[in-house]
Amino acid sequence: MQKEVGTFALKAGLAEMLKGGVIMDVVTPEHARIAEQAGAVAVMALERVPADIRAAGGVARMSDPALILEIMESVTIPVMAKCRIGHFVEAQVLEALGVDYIDESEVLTPADEAHHIDKRPFRVPFVCGCRNLGEALRRVGEGAAMIRTKGEAGTGDVVEAVRHARAVLGDIRRLQTMPDEELMAFAKDIGAPYELVIQTRELGRLPVVNFAAGGIATPADAALMMQLGVDGVFVGSGIFKSGDPARRAKAIVEATTHYNDPKIVAEVSKGLGQAMVGIGVTQLAEGERLAVRGW
Amino acid sequence: MTIGVLALQGDFAEHSVMLRRAGAEARLVRLPEQLEGLDGLIIPGGESTTIGKLATTFGLMEPLRRFAGQHAVWGTCAGAIFLSKDARRDQPLLGVMDITVERNAFGRQVDSFETELRLPMLESPERPFHAVFIRAPLIDRAGSGVDVLARLEDPEGKGGGRIVAARQGRLLATSFHPELTGDDRFHRYFLTLAGGRGGA
Repeated sequence: MQKEVGTFALKAGLAEMLKGGVIMDVVTPEHARIAEQAGAVAVMALERVPADIRAAGGVARMSDPALILEIMESVTIPVMAKCRIGHFVEAQVLEALGVDYIDESEVLTPADEAHHIDKRPFRVPFVCGCRNLGEALRRVGEGAAMIRTKGEAGTGDVVEAVRHARAVLGDIRRLQTMPDEELMAFAKDIGAPYELVIQTRELGRLPVVNFAAGGIATPADAALMMQLGVDGVFVGSGIFKSGDPARRAKAIVEATTHYNDPKIVAEVSKGLGQAMVGIGVTQLAEGERLAVRGW
Repeated sequence: MTIGVLALQGDFAEHSVMLRRAGAEARLVRLPEQLEGLDGLIIPGGESTTIGKLATTFGLMEPLRRFAGQHAVWGTCAGAIFLSKDARRDQPLLGVMDITVERNAFGRQVDSFETELRLPMLESPERPFHAVFIRAPLIDRAGSGVDVLARLEDPEGKGGGRIVAARQGRLLATSFHPELTGDDRFHRYFLTLAGGRGGA
């Protein structure tokens, strides 16, 4: 039997299987089991959730491999882990551990200010953050098999997630009504590979699955992002920094599925206890913003 | 003919596209009343634990079992697990197909693969079918009422001929994802089951 492994179709295909789902940040095997029980489609294994990374300051790096392996052993759903932007050796380590997806993430301190990882030679797929269509297509050009809008991680403020989703989806709508002769100049303006611009125009969507991330804290936040047109959501600090993580996690999963049914979103939102306290994005100093990391 | 696609989570949109290409109507199903009037149902790829939990919370388990007793139902990957009697783990299953599945039977994502299968029941059977296996399950055991449609030859010798597609009357389970290929022959085959012409 001829077998092909590590193809782009397989990398992008796993992301297709995650659609309509919620990917949750977890820092212990116990958290991972709570997330799986609540119906998460995958977990992101981390030493600290973004809100704590923010609070701790200092350099944020890839998590301890021992912790990642423990989390991989504790659940049957896919396990993702983060490496620093441009840190291709952290990515090699994560691949060697056998994680199911690598997030080349602005939540960690970047290792390279000019270059992201060349993701094509890896057998494991990558998800990358973006704030606009150009950034999304540059990452796809480097081999990312899934995209997430960045939002502003660790804040519990959904405003940046909305801004970035509107930027990406708005540019795609604009692209579809553009006359052919403007496409090359558009590709140049947004700094995106021309072929991917053409492909996006033809598909009417990104060439890979597109989740929202960074500031989602409630079932209504998740449904908002889904109605704006993303394929699913990442919830980081929003679950395990809240009063009742198990209930909130389940409610966010249910609201993501039934995002178009306000009665269900209302029902699942009842009595969830304290949401994460959060920080308004406007209160952040420019240097405290994570979304500006990467290009 | 109108085929439902269970849209709790997973790649339901890809199945809808393939159904339309194969000449059927496609309707998304998230609640029990949306099963009304359908000629068949597809349970897509996704995470079987997520799909099972949402189906339980929204009261779909019994309606889906009743539907499967009267209509054609096809599960791909997570959908196949959901149809099975036994997945060797504690998770909600419909249990309508007499098969036992092993989840993530090939390992993790880095072990996902593409290959070609010979599927004699499809149109143009001489043409191989491109099969995409993503963190895929295997069918370990098929009961006496279950026809094995495809096996995977394994040169690495874990015991050849592991089952990746099976049919029990009008119920169909595949470990792989025909919805991710451009080839709609498997969806056309399912439509013959849903129309009763290829039924048990």
